[in-house]
This record gives sequence, C-alpha cells and structure tokens, in this order.
Amino acid sequence: MQEHKLTPKKEAAVAALASIAAIPGVKKPDPIVIADNVVRKFGGLTAVDVEHLEIQRGAITALIGPNGAGKTTFFNLLTGFDKPNSGNWTFNGIPLAGVAPHKVARLGMVRTFQLTKALFRLSVMDNMRLGAKNQIGEGILRALLPFTWKKEELQNTQRATELLSRFKLETKADDFAAALSGGQRKLLEMARALMVNPELVMLDEPMAGVNPALTQSLLGHIKDLREQGMTVLFVEHDMDMVRDISDWVIVMAQGKIVAEGPPESVMSDPAVIDAYLGAHHDQPLDQEEE
Amino acid sequence: MDWTFIFQQAISAGIGVNAIIFALAAIGLNMHFGYTGLLNFGQAGFLAVGAYTVAVLVVNFDVSIWLAFLAGIGSAVVLALLLGIPTLRLRADYLAIVTIATAEIIRQVARSVSLREYFGGSDGITGKFGKDFFDLNPFPNGLSLAFLRYTPNDLWVVVVGWALVVIFVFLTFLIMRSPWGRVIKAIREDEEAVRSLGKNVYFYKMQSLILGGVVGAFAGFVYAISRQSVQPDNYSTALTFFAYAVLILGGAARVLGPVAGSIIFWFLLVFVEQVLRQAVANDLIPNWLMTPNQVGQVRFMLVGLGLMLLMIYRPQGIFGDKKELALDARA
Repeated sequence: MQEHKLTPKKEAAVAALASIAAIPGVKKPDPIVIADNVVRKFGGLTAVDVEHLEIQRGAITALIGPNGAGKTTFFNLLTGFDKPNSGNWTFNGIPLAGVAPHKVARLGMVRTFQLTKALFRLSVMDNMRLGAKNQIGEGILRALLPFTWKKEELQNTQRATELLSRFKLETKADDFAAALSGGQRKLLEMARALMVNPELVMLDEPMAGVNPALTQSLLGHIKDLREQGMTVLFVEHDMDMVRDISDWVIVMAQGKIVAEGPPESVMSDPAVIDAYLGAHHDQPLDQEEE
Repeated sequence: MDWTFIFQQAISAGIGVNAIIFALAAIGLNMHFGYTGLLNFGQAGFLAVGAYTVAVLVVNFDVSIWLAFLAGIGSAVVLALLLGIPTLRLRADYLAIVTIATAEIIRQVARSVSLREYFGGSDGITGKFGKDFFDLNPFPNGLSLAFLRYTPNDLWVVVVGWALVVIFVFLTFLIMRSPWGRVIKAIREDEEAVRSLGKNVYFYKMQSLILGGVVGAFAGFVYAISRQSVQPDNYSTALTFFAYAVLILGGAARVLGPVAGSIIFWFLLVFVEQVLRQAVANDLIPNWLMTPNQVGQVRFMLVGLGLMLLMIYRPQGIFGDKKELALDARA
C-alpha cells in the first residue's frame, strides 16, 4: 500500500469521516450532495436504484463497482444529463430533480465525461475560455460590440493561462484540441471544468486511456482540487489510484450502493473483493478489457 | 468559339443577381451548418417566406414595401421558432427531416389552388411591388461599362444586393470571433460538453437558426425584387441544395466561403453552358452526342462532376483548412 502524504485538507477530510460507520447510505457530517430513492430503469433493467447517499464536502470520494453497475448512469442523473424514473437529490440544499444540465453546472456541480469531450476544432485556449461563467460577450447583441467584453475576455484568458500552466498545457494553448494526446485531452477537460469555478467536480474515469507517465501528475491534480477547497467525486476502475487518493469509497453493484467506507476497510472487505472487484483486484485493471 | 463572349457571360453571372441570392442563402446556411452544425435542409423555405411575405403584403394588401420587409424578417423568425421548438432538443437529424418537409409544405401551400387568391397558385405573384424600392434608385442611367450592361433597376438591385452581402459577411465575422461565436462553434463540436460547462445549448441553437433564417429571408427579398415576381417552384429543394453546393465549394465555417462559392458556382455554371452551346453550334460536339436542347441539363452534370472532384481532392472547399477538416477523422 502506498503511503499517504498528509496535507491539512486531507487530514480534515479523514478526520471528518473517521467516526462514521461504514454502512451503505450512512449520514455524513457535512454532505454537499444528498440523494434519496433515485431510480433509473432502462426497460426491464434497473440501472440505478440508490436509496440514500450522501457525499461529504471537501473530501475525495471514489465511486467504484463492476462494469454495468450504474456508476456513469448515476453520474448522468445527478448532473441532469439523464432523467430518473423517480427520486430526489440536492446539491448544497438545492433540489436538483428536473433541473437542466447547464443549470446544474452553473450551480457549481461540474462533470467530465468517460469518453473525453475535447472540442476538437477549437483551440485549447478557446476550450478553456468557454468554461468561464456568465460571459458578457455570450449574449448575441453584445457579442457584436467587442468593447463590452474585451476586458472580461482578457481576464478569462489570464485565468485560463494560469490553469493551463498548472496542467502543463500552456505550450499547446494555440493548437487545436484535436492535436492533443488522449491524456492531454483528459487534462484539458479537467482544466476546462475548473474554469467554471465548481464546488463539486465529478470526474468520470479520469484515468481511462491515460498513459502511466501522466497518471501521477493527474493524481496530483485531483488531490490539488481538494486542497483548493473543492469536493471531488470520481468513478474509477484503477484500484491503486482509488486507494491512493480517495478519502471515502462507495461501491455500487447492479444499481445499488452495496458498501461504503474508508478505502482500506472497503477494499479489504472480502465480500466486496469477491463479488465486485474480482479475485485479481490487486493488479492494475487497465490491462484488462473494458 | 467566341471566348470573349463566353467569359463576358460567365463574369456577368458571377457578379450578377443570382450570385447575390445564393451568397446570402449560403451565408445563412453557413451560420446553421458551418458554425453551429445544424442540418437545415429547408433554407428554400426561409427564402420563400421572405419573398412571399413581401409580394403578398405589397400586391394584395397595399402595405408599404418597407413594412413588408420588416414583416418578412418577422416571418423568418416565426418559421425558425416553429422549426426549432420541437426539434432542437432532439438529435441533429430530426431538424434535417423537419426542415426539408417544411420547405416543401411552404411551396405546396404557396402553389395550392385553394389559396390562389392570396399566393397566385403555381403562377405566383407578379406585379410592380418593388416600386417604392426602385424609386430610391440613384442610378437613372444604369451602367454600361465595357461588356457589363445593367438597366437602372438591375444596377440598383445588384448594388444593394452586394451591400447586403458585405453587411452580413461583416456581421458573421464580428459575431463568430466573439464569445457568442465560441459557444456556437463549441456546440458544433459537442453539445453535451457545452452543456456540462453551464451553457444553454437549446437557446444558442435557436438564436443561430433564427439568425441564419433571417439572412435567408433577405436572399428571398432580393429574389423577389430582382424579378418583380415570386413563383413557388423557384423555392424548391433544389435551391437549398445549390446553396449547400455553394457553401461547401467556398468552404463551410469560413466567413467568405459562401461569397466565393456563389461567385465561382455561377461563373462555372454559365461558363460551361456557353462553352457547350458554342461547341454544339460550331459542330465541335456532334449532334448525335448532344443537341442544343440538352445543354441546360448537361451543364449541371458537368458542374456536379466538378463538385465531386473538388470533394475528392479538396474536401475543405476553396477557403477551408485541410488540416482542420482532417481533425474530424481523429475523433
């Protein structure tokens, strides 16, 4: 097992979750998301059936489970990209059932996608600028009057440049996003999500298709989000990564939350290992077929 | 073969009123298809609505032509809303189906017997409905410059028409380099990503549909005014597909693509026609191969062949960037 470097936020997150019982649906001291009875059926198949789930603010929570467990569907439901058959959930106390995805994002709950959605024929810089919220120049009339939005554009460009250099993409700023490698696209997507100034960042398989050399820096970036006060919820198959960076792990199988708890205890739970992670869970899964 | 005559005819067509109409129609399509990725296969409908609104209001209801132009813009906005509200939330192909059907419905309604009283049936509406417009003509003598000959009215239409083209090209240029244009182009690349960043995609697509439709209505105005008549069959699907040919020839998502495309398209169409006509007349092409009556059809075949070759060897169009086009394949 890798050693954890303890940072103040990490310590705080671990401390906050230390006294919590590791049972599915357990109440958290300071939840940012609370979901109740969220059900999504595709024909006869119940893809998601979450009775009660809370996501702790300021922590990195991992959502794991076998393929087809409903992790991505649950992501889509929470962010408004898919509609549940029933259920309620709140973000910062605001009910989100039936709220359009762009409004969810504006509230501060921003997601990335499993299959990276870089905007190919836009420059890397334009990808970034697009993320900035409430831009004056995005109104159709003021768009025609550059003097009304030039200043804001400069500020956004500056913020984008800072983020890009943090993600080591500053030299690519003027390239088309399509010219980036798969891993760089993941980085760009994460950086672009940060342009929205999110409170909760939801990453759908941030490591999928990223080469090992980039993995470490991507992990660093995710930990960094917590240090900056953001909450992270991510779906991942790579167990080493889950163990390395998460403060709390939620296990889904067949649409239900079957276990949750601190990474060490959840991942050593024999029931979880056998039923949901398979016998070879200690080996990196990225060599396996998706 | 009178090459001077051939070139004179072709150049006149390249800067003539048809080139203006198709440039405007394609500027609208460029907003829809080139920048936003909306598959509008009913641009002819926007032209028809613009042209018919002006003709019907002026001829049948004696409305001032300036009010009629405003009403024409309004009709295009209404049409865009009608098309957009049910389809823009759905996948892109639904808009394509609905627009192609709607454009045909508009044409069929315009040529219907029961509404003949208003729309003139298949004959359309003829009349001096452009009078107020032509009264403002500052060119009493027309133009006779080298081989270019314009009557006063024609010259006025051509001057105003190209001015409109310049204005809409400039507006496209301005708006596409703004943050609004960035959202629009991003929607073309991936709607869901744009939603995930907090933008109301539906709203932007609607704005784009309206904007491009209004430019289409202006193309309809020029069509109606230049001929002093509107005829339903001028607004068939062929018009939409020629506008697409013009757009792709010039280069989609390029500010000047539609303009260059339209000029080249009309130049080539007339050039090929004149060459064939003279070749047939001078027995360079024997009569068993092609008669003078077949020239009109064969020119479309040859221009179509040319477009195919263009798509094979320069798929990005005249102004397009091949590298940019190739990016699609890497997705």
